[in-house]
Amino acid sequence: MSVPPQPAPAGATEIGTASPAAVGARGDDARVATKERLALLKRSKSFIVGAIIVGFWVLCAIFGDLLVPKDPLASDPINDLIAPSGENWFGTDKLGRDVFARVIVGARDILIVAPLATILATILGTALGLVTGYFRGAPDDILSRIIEAFLALPVIIMGLLVSVALGPSKVTLILIIGILFAPIISRTVRAAVLTERELEYVSAARLRNERTPYVLFGEILPNVSGPIIVEFTVRLGYAIFTAAGLSFLGFGIPPPAPDWGLQVAESYGVISGGFWWPVLFPSLAIATLVIGVNLIADGVASAFER
Amino acid sequence: MTDSTVAAPAALELTDLEVAYRVRGVWRPVLRGVNFTVAEGESYGLVGESGCGKSTAAYAVLRYLPRNGRISSGTVRVGGEDLADMSEAQVRKLRATQVSMVYQNPGGALNPTIRVGDQVAEVFIIAGEEPKRAQERALEMLGKVQISDPDSVMRRYSHQLSGGMQQRVVIAMALSKDPSLLILDEPTTGLDATVEAEVLDLVSVLREEFRTSVLFISHNLDVISKMCDRVGVLYAGRLVEEGPVDDVFHDPRHPYAVGLLRCLPRGGVRKDQQRLDTIPGFLPQLGADLPACVFVDRCGLAQDICSKEEPPFHDVSAERHSRCHFWEQAHELPRATPASAAFKPVDQNAEPVIRAESLRKTFRQEGNDIRAVDDLNFSLRPGETLGLVGESGSGKTTLARTLLGLVSADEGSIIELDGVPLEKAITKRGRDDVRALQIVFQNPDSALNRRFSVQRILARALEKLRGDAGSEREEHLKELAHSVRFDTRLIHSRPAQLSGGLKQRVAIARAFAGEPRVVVCDEPTSALDVSVQAAILNLLAELQAENGVTYLFISHDLGVVRYLSDRIAVLYLGRLMELGDAETVFGAPHHPYTEALLSSVPQVGEERERIRLEGEIPSHGNPPSGCVFHTRCPRYIGDVCHQQEPELREVEPGHFWRCHYSVEELRELQTTPPEARGKVTPAAEQEPGR
Repeated sequence: MSVPPQPAPAGATEIGTASPAAVGARGDDARVATKERLALLKRSKSFIVGAIIVGFWVLCAIFGDLLVPKDPLASDPINDLIAPSGENWFGTDKLGRDVFARVIVGARDILIVAPLATILATILGTALGLVTGYFRGAPDDILSRIIEAFLALPVIIMGLLVSVALGPSKVTLILIIGILFAPIISRTVRAAVLTERELEYVSAARLRNERTPYVLFGEILPNVSGPIIVEFTVRLGYAIFTAAGLSFLGFGIPPPAPDWGLQVAESYGVISGGFWWPVLFPSLAIATLVIGVNLIADGVASAFER
Repeated sequence: MTDSTVAAPAALELTDLEVAYRVRGVWRPVLRGVNFTVAEGESYGLVGESGCGKSTAAYAVLRYLPRNGRISSGTVRVGGEDLADMSEAQVRKLRATQVSMVYQNPGGALNPTIRVGDQVAEVFIIAGEEPKRAQERALEMLGKVQISDPDSVMRRYSHQLSGGMQQRVVIAMALSKDPSLLILDEPTTGLDATVEAEVLDLVSVLREEFRTSVLFISHNLDVISKMCDRVGVLYAGRLVEEGPVDDVFHDPRHPYAVGLLRCLPRGGVRKDQQRLDTIPGFLPQLGADLPACVFVDRCGLAQDICSKEEPPFHDVSAERHSRCHFWEQAHELPRATPASAAFKPVDQNAEPVIRAESLRKTFRQEGNDIRAVDDLNFSLRPGETLGLVGESGSGKTTLARTLLGLVSADEGSIIELDGVPLEKAITKRGRDDVRALQIVFQNPDSALNRRFSVQRILARALEKLRGDAGSEREEHLKELAHSVRFDTRLIHSRPAQLSGGLKQRVAIARAFAGEPRVVVCDEPTSALDVSVQAAILNLLAELQAENGVTYLFISHDLGVVRYLSDRIAVLYLGRLMELGDAETVFGAPHHPYTEALLSSVPQVGEERERIRLEGEIPSHGNPPSGCVFHTRCPRYIGDVCHQQEPELREVEPGHFWRCHYSVEELRELQTTPPEARGKVTPAAEQEPGR
């Protein structure tokens, strides 16, 4: 039980000519509220820490080539599996490639694949969610059953099927993740749309003879953008993990790209020989990026779901 | 009641109470030096518009302010004991044993996962009863709040009860601990008038029985006048007037109280006679720095002294106080809105603009046919207003949505616009048909897209309904804003930045964008404060006088319906029970259902015997046999009522009803014994110069 102490909407009365000063003050309030949301985000510790971590990896992805002292693709079979040293900070892998260079430059692929895949999933999922939430009835039933069937299949099986059909590549990876995540996002959007569609501004739009696509994307979509943004940040973390996982299984980015998942896959066989570094450092990279994105997601969620 | 104060300590005493909320790091005062006393056994009303601090006062009494609230100074004494001296445990004990509170929303006050019986029994268990004995006493308590079949209610969950039943359960819980003070915070807001009347009756009866002191908070002046001995009028966190209810409402001594009472469409005022008076300006923002007199900016009597010197709480008489320098002249407050009304009488010979024949709407629900609207026939002439009344569930809103085509009428229904049949679904109607029928929704917050500016909302309506573009659209937009008296300087605001009244103006402007022929008004003022309501009703009346638009006006407030309507249709279970000229329907004889509806509405300054409506609206899926109203009818005749459904027949010229009684019989029944109906004149009419 709480009494929200927001400035109560002043009992406006006649005679229509509201004092602009009074309403101006309210206008400021609204702007302050928007600013507050941003300020809240800036004050959120988890958001800041997440942003620093992700920011670091984004820099690596963009300027990685310039930052690393060695070519990440250059193999040097004589110097294979050298332990971390002043020369090779993270050591070398079994082909003698510099692990540090590969980890830093490896941020690029994952930071292209995961966001693009999540954007694709968000677009598909939003469209699907708007349609199923707005129409309910038969379209909802049919689409929802298909979606549930999709959700029931293990991600890996689907990934395997698609990548066998299309051949492993970045584009394949983006498509797989995008399509697999779309149904999950659509459930969130659908739930938000179910409450929006009952609001009278939707009836009002129909009473202007608006076409359904306009009602969906022009009227309802702006009002469900909050949950969609939150869902996007959450799914981004999962997408990174899934992309790395698929690469590990060999359904993702083909070698010799310095992809983290691929690096782990190439080197995990040698752990038993005591060569831990070619596996540990890419794994840590995956972990930090996922954690960073999830911290951002936490911050965004608390700022938007207030 | 007041003579009992001598010996016993007052049930509740607030002294110079100041409460502030911290908003964005700044303490904003909400209550500013409030003093009042609720004597033992007394019922004290606190009235004022939203944002005046009524609920804050209630929470302060229970020391139950939200986390960002604090009592800055002053004292609260319950039964003579200072709350500030109590420990947290003592306060909890106080809440558990002495003070009860009933909230506005009973659905939210009950736990949906615990059976009703267990919830009520819990109160007794906390008081130290054995579980078994607690159950028995809970059952007994439910009986006392006149719940029919308490045995089965005990086993049900709160969502299985209607709003009125839920509020009875909450009241039962509140009274279970035999409190010395009962706080009712808008206990009937959101309930139907008939249910409201039942709940209010119940509270009156129980007050007698339990001898409880009551603090009754409401924005509804009529309810306060019925339920309270004394009343305090709160404005911007200050008590501006106080006194016995009858005195304050008949002879208010503060300009705010005067203005509030004048805003009410009462005493049979109609749109063709005069415009309602309003209160100009806005309530000050929460916690704003206030001038010496809090009301000075909106007061027609204000003089220099009012902004320089804070008015003391003048003694009008021993029991009455007014915080106004000019309390002696308060009743001379000039009108804020001229009374003169432009009015165009309805041309009785004009062809109907809209006509419905055998209008039916059936919903299918879990295999049952729910007939929400059943065989309605009516027609409306240009410039006419048809008021639509009935309890919730009577089919008012479904009728509106069916006419608009938002839901499709059943096969065989006919809706004609200017004599031409309309498609049933809006998606099949052409632009001209769509723009001809529009609606103003109840709640502007959900009716306006909160993401868009006023400019965009209105421009889009003009574009789609009139095909406007470019400079023409700009021009029309300005005209439209002007026609609803909306300041064009605010056109780029979003709805959240506007007050409730301004938002409703935007919603009205949108409905009028396409120059409609018929506008449905679905409770357009029930979410608004009374002063704003008056302004919106005036606006609707003016728009009608200017454009000759036809209204289908839905409202549960019969005073409001009476002000605006030319004819009234009374719906029950989707059927038309009575239809006739407004004055005919409001004056006896009327259909027994109308009679019960009218008698359930308390009105400032009116005492009358109430006709009880037993039970609740029956289910649409399984309507009673014969006359659908026979299960609750106060004039039930006998077998004929449940065996034979009466036809809707014309009992007088232009006056239809669905009842086995004839006009003469009902006139006889309803006029004897002579009631006090309309005898007492409300305050607004006592002024000179009217």
